[in-house]
Amino acid sequence: MRIPFSAMLGLGLTALMVLAAIFSPLIAPYGLNETVGKVWENPSAQFWLGTDTIGRDIFSRLVYGGAVTIFVALASSALAFSMGAFFGFLAAVRGGWIDTGLSRLVDVMMAVPSLIVALVVLSVLPLTLTTLVLVMGVLDSTRVFRLSRAVAADIAVMDYVEAAKLRGEGQVWIIFREILPNAMSPLVAEFGMRFIFAVLFISTLSFLGLGIQPPLADWGGMVRENKDGLIYGKSAAMVPAIAIAVLAIAVNLVADWVLSRTTSLKGGRNG
Amino acid sequence: MAKNSMADLLEIKGLKIEATSYPPGEKPREVVLVDGVSVSLEKGRVLGLIGESGAGKSTIGLAAMAYGRGGVRLTGGEVLLNGRNIRGAGPVTLRALRGREVTYVAQSAAAAFNPAKKLMEQVIETCLLHKVMTRPAAQARAVDLFRKLGLPNPESFGNRYPHQVSGGQLQRAMTAMALCPKPDLVIFDEPTTALDVTTQIEVLAAIKEAIRDQGVAAIYITHDLAVVAQVADDIMVLRHGKTVEYGSTDQIINRPGQAYTQALVSVREIAHVEKPPAAPILTVDAVTARYRGTNFDVLKRVSVDVAPGQTLAVVGESGSGKSTLARAITGLLPPHQGAVTFAGRRLSPDLAGRSRDDLRELQMIYQMADTAMNPRQTVGTIIGRPLEFYFGLKGAEKARRVAELLDQIEMGKGFAERYPAELSGGQKQRVCIARALAAKPKLIICDEVTSALDPLVADGILKLLLALQAQEGVAYLFITHDLATVRAIADKIAVMYRGEVVRYGAKSEVLAPPFDAYTDLLLSSVPEMRLGWLEEVLGSRRMESAGN
Amino acid sequence: MHPLIILVVQRIALGLILLLAVSVLIFLGVEALPGDTAQQILGQGATPETLANMRESLGLNEPALTRYFSWLGHALTGDFGKALTNKMDIAQAIGQRLGNTLFLAACAGVIAVPFAIGLGLLAARHNGRWPDKLISGVTLATISLPEFVAAYFVIYLLTQVIPILQPVSMVFPGMTFLERLHAVALPVIVLVMVVLAHMMRMTRAAILNVMQSPYIETAELKGLSPMQVIWRHALPNAVAPIVSVVVINLAYLVVGVVVVEVVFSYNALGQYLVDHVSKRDLPVVQAVGLIFAAVYIGLNIFADVVGIVANPRLRHPK
Repeated sequence: MRIPFSAMLGLGLTALMVLAAIFSPLIAPYGLNETVGKVWENPSAQFWLGTDTIGRDIFSRLVYGGAVTIFVALASSALAFSMGAFFGFLAAVRGGWIDTGLSRLVDVMMAVPSLIVALVVLSVLPLTLTTLVLVMGVLDSTRVFRLSRAVAADIAVMDYVEAAKLRGEGQVWIIFREILPNAMSPLVAEFGMRFIFAVLFISTLSFLGLGIQPPLADWGGMVRENKDGLIYGKSAAMVPAIAIAVLAIAVNLVADWVLSRTTSLKGGRNG
Repeated sequence: MAKNSMADLLEIKGLKIEATSYPPGEKPREVVLVDGVSVSLEKGRVLGLIGESGAGKSTIGLAAMAYGRGGVRLTGGEVLLNGRNIRGAGPVTLRALRGREVTYVAQSAAAAFNPAKKLMEQVIETCLLHKVMTRPAAQARAVDLFRKLGLPNPESFGNRYPHQVSGGQLQRAMTAMALCPKPDLVIFDEPTTALDVTTQIEVLAAIKEAIRDQGVAAIYITHDLAVVAQVADDIMVLRHGKTVEYGSTDQIINRPGQAYTQALVSVREIAHVEKPPAAPILTVDAVTARYRGTNFDVLKRVSVDVAPGQTLAVVGESGSGKSTLARAITGLLPPHQGAVTFAGRRLSPDLAGRSRDDLRELQMIYQMADTAMNPRQTVGTIIGRPLEFYFGLKGAEKARRVAELLDQIEMGKGFAERYPAELSGGQKQRVCIARALAAKPKLIICDEVTSALDPLVADGILKLLLALQAQEGVAYLFITHDLATVRAIADKIAVMYRGEVVRYGAKSEVLAPPFDAYTDLLLSSVPEMRLGWLEEVLGSRRMESAGN
Repeated sequence: MHPLIILVVQRIALGLILLLAVSVLIFLGVEALPGDTAQQILGQGATPETLANMRESLGLNEPALTRYFSWLGHALTGDFGKALTNKMDIAQAIGQRLGNTLFLAACAGVIAVPFAIGLGLLAARHNGRWPDKLISGVTLATISLPEFVAAYFVIYLLTQVIPILQPVSMVFPGMTFLERLHAVALPVIVLVMVVLAHMMRMTRAAILNVMQSPYIETAELKGLSPMQVIWRHALPNAVAPIVSVVVINLAYLVVGVVVVEVVFSYNALGQYLVDHVSKRDLPVVQAVGLIFAAVYIGLNIFADVVGIVANPRLRHPK
């Protein structure tokens, strides 16, 4: 199997960032909230990426913040995915009132942009990690629901599923042996898209001051802390901004490749 | 237009056509689609191009307009149209001849018409574009053509949108669109393949009449030799992009030279002797069925039976309810009224209420083998699952039985490791047969199992089914729209029309006169492999087809 | 009645029901969550007695359904009550800011729509060749960025690298139209970037989808030139999907606006919402949330209605 360059690049960068997040205490030279230098120092041998608005090492905060961003995004996309896929498959296989009820509920939830719903809900709920993961996960599960319902419904009408029913196979065999293996590729690609969406979502919330709260740090919050520096020509805010962009683009490249492989399996290119 | 009257209208010499193929996960590679094909066509004559799928017949047809579909390229030889080589000609030259000197009739008129524009606008578009005639003249000509092609209300027909008329009418409208600018040559690309049998014959006759009336030359592309025999003066038989045989229609049909052509001509001549009547294994008694949420009966008091080791053929057009009958018997669509008795047991109407033996002894084979097999399972898994599920076979014992079954369907045991995507259409259908056979059934329902296959491949499948019936004593309920297939395989026949059985009995009785009107129409619609059949049959028909 | 009118009426009715369901979600959902408006106003130090009084005066002791209908009734007549934090009239505060938000979104829309359609056509026309790959690559990168990251890239570029603009967009009453335009230049550039990418990709997909239809081949085989094919045969069928793409993305501007307003401290509805979410001022959040939802749902209804009206099968039934 040939992996195109763009996908290799995406895989490499994603792996690098995930590893940095896992081993953050080993990599970061300073503590997360340790004031170690002057305000907004330029990058140097001592502070690789300079210091922030109150003199903390940006590189160390970037590593720790990355861990938080990636963890929260991973947790909420995993939640979105398991919820969405479970209910989506259920709706497709069972049909009837279960399908109708779930689909209408999702219609209502998707009738308003997730960010607006999240803002309304977060005006009441406490801003803890758990709340954030739950709110983002539940809101985003609607998209996974629609995709997995559509994919499973396409497969459920295939003759080989009918053949399995005629053979007398149970629901478990039909879902796990006949439908799931054929739904995997689009769902895997979708997981990448959901993860990117969660990264963007949590970063945006933190940037608005409604996401991760101090003393924890994440990339969106770091942009917020340092944004005023831009007026004085200090580019500290650009470092976490670039980190978000790189992570999102890297995962996008991988997801794009997975997606193109699934479509070419279906019908080939250029007819 | 300066024309040399001595020269042929179209002359193709040593044509080579290539395309780039993009197998997933591999490097793109060049594929030769057509190699060394030469054709000549005089003014006013009709050439038939025939072959199975992948023979390159459509590609050659489009090459007469120097058009390559997708990434297809004309890489060698000459395409002489009205004396000049148009292969490699510039876009301006090509645009001037397309729609003017050569026009095209596509297989699916329903997709080939623009849904957003009225039919008249589309039919006269070429006349105006190439300034062949004025708008009023073009409209008058279009109405005239509508009338000649037997379209209803020719004056107002053009004011309709494509979705407002039937498939058979659209195919005629497309023919009118091709003839409107008075071209020298019309390419008909499988113009009747997507239509029901009874409609096909009428459209075919309309096309033939129009070609003769307008005096144009035509290339008629089809996979059905009997159809092309009715319209063509000459026939070219193609296979894998190469010419197999090229001659007059009379010579190809009556004195085929090549073995492949002989096989094509004799394809529907399996001799099958009807078995004597016997006590039934399956009895369908006054079954009425409707789809959930509707109150229209798709099946109306249908009663048929099948004897052990024999074949009941259920014949009808789309919408006749023949596939619904299969769903009612298998329990996928529980009947509204009536009963199904199988091997002495009254079957539960609902799938969920049936015993494992009920399910095992009643197997089903589908029309599209492609979608009937899970693409993520190997052939071994597909055939092995019923063995495991019904008989608890495992490991070496299962593998041995899978190998036996693969042997029975005339495929080697090496196929057990392959995935469905690696098989040809005929092989896929064979694997589906093996899967059904693995359950040791008493009856197999075959739903149009040969209609998606090329004639020779379909022939092989029919022969295999007959051989397996002799070996295993299995009964078939064979659903089809094709009467030639029925003749080849049936012991009993049920003719279905709009949800009812209109004629039912032993094959010899059903196929012998006197006929009811519908059976007569259906029987007379099956193209026969001889010249002059079309004219003969049109003179003697009693009933207009329903869906024209 | 013409079946088309029935379909359109049905779609609008469905949209209104959806909006009603969303208003229930916004009101009752927020009320049902843990937390209490009276507690929010009085803070942790409140005695049970003052809490009870406050609940009484806010009408919080009424059943939830009664409060919902009274809230909805007032909202429909333009009365959103007073903000908890500064006791200002919410409707008045919204009125001014809504104008500013719409001005920003309109400026972005006016620039983005023609650009997106043009680039989408260009990419579709050169499908698979370098102009397509370039446009698709750049837009893919833009789509991967959250709005605020894109914003800071633009700010950094246009105020630091090439210092031609100010990183803050203040608008206040009394500014001339031109002054306003200059003030919103940066946020408009950011919004255009974000919306353009989505809109262009969807336009390209819509056109390619039409161009792969068999009737396009029919048109080519009639001898029409590529422009005639697009103009006469592709466009009449592509109008509905393109309009739908455009409208859906204009609706998406609603979200983009919230973040971009915060980035540029632009005094408008999004900024107002975010401020009051952190202050936990529920009446304001519910009011602004409802307005955003109404705009979003309204635009989506419009897109669907265009789709219905442009469909020849529905316009000319059998």
